[in-house]
Amino acid sequence: MDRIPILKLGDCLLVSIQVDMHDRLAISLQDDLTERINKDRARGVLIDISALEIVDSFIGRMLSNIAAMARVLDARTVVVGMRPAVAITLVELGLSLEGVATALNVERGMELILSLTGRKRLLAGELNHNARRKE
Amino acid sequence: MPVERNETLAVNRSEDVVLVRAKTRDWSISLGFTIVEQTKMVTAASELARNLVVHAGGGTVRLETINSEQRRGLRLTFEDQGPGIADIQQALRDGFSSKGGLGLGLSGSKRLVNEFDISSTPGEGTRICIVRWK
Repeated sequence: MDRIPILKLGDCLLVSIQVDMHDRLAISLQDDLTERINKDRARGVLIDISALEIVDSFIGRMLSNIAAMARVLDARTVVVGMRPAVAITLVELGLSLEGVATALNVERGMELILSLTGRKRLLAGELNHNARRKE
Repeated sequence: MPVERNETLAVNRSEDVVLVRAKTRDWSISLGFTIVEQTKMVTAASELARNLVVHAGGGTVRLETINSEQRRGLRLTFEDQGPGIADIQQALRDGFSSKGGLGLGLSGSKRLVNEFDISSTPGEGTRICIVRWK
């Protein structure tokens, strides 16, 4: 079965949803992410939905579930790139995306994750740290 | 009401819901719907198509481009031979769910379209018809 790829950047996990997901694919993404947060000891999860043409109640619930599970595993989730038409439709549908932090784009999303997890830098700090260890 | 074009799709699995979304989007675009109108119609179609799979074990969707008093619209009819809905008023209330969902499928999709018509007979099935005018 096809899967949505999960990338690791520092101690964050990045997901960019590029296909119209059927429900079982959405559920497998939820399961895979929960497993990876634990395995990779991730502190943040960034989900890019800029390619999604709709977010219906099922996908909305999946995003809320991911955020809730991540929170229990001590990671924060930020959803980025929601299209304006999707936002308008979500509100009219009656979905509030409870517990899901959002940001306009990936860059702001990463900043938000860092501030939610109480840090200033994700990559530069770690690279410096690694460089120092090699010296 | 004159029908310009119609097509019927079978909806039995969650992959079929994706096809219903794609078709609804294509038809919405060819009617000249704005991005927001397209998104609302596709979202409503997604909710109602999923209901066919989850609640009735499958059903059909008929897409029609219709004409009325110089305006055109997209009409979608969702039909199943599932268990039916005993209390439609209750089913249309926000937050009511018989399957542990969010309870927004019916009530939410009603808000996303211009016309919403539901008829159901317990033990025989359900028919939901939605229209969005250009």
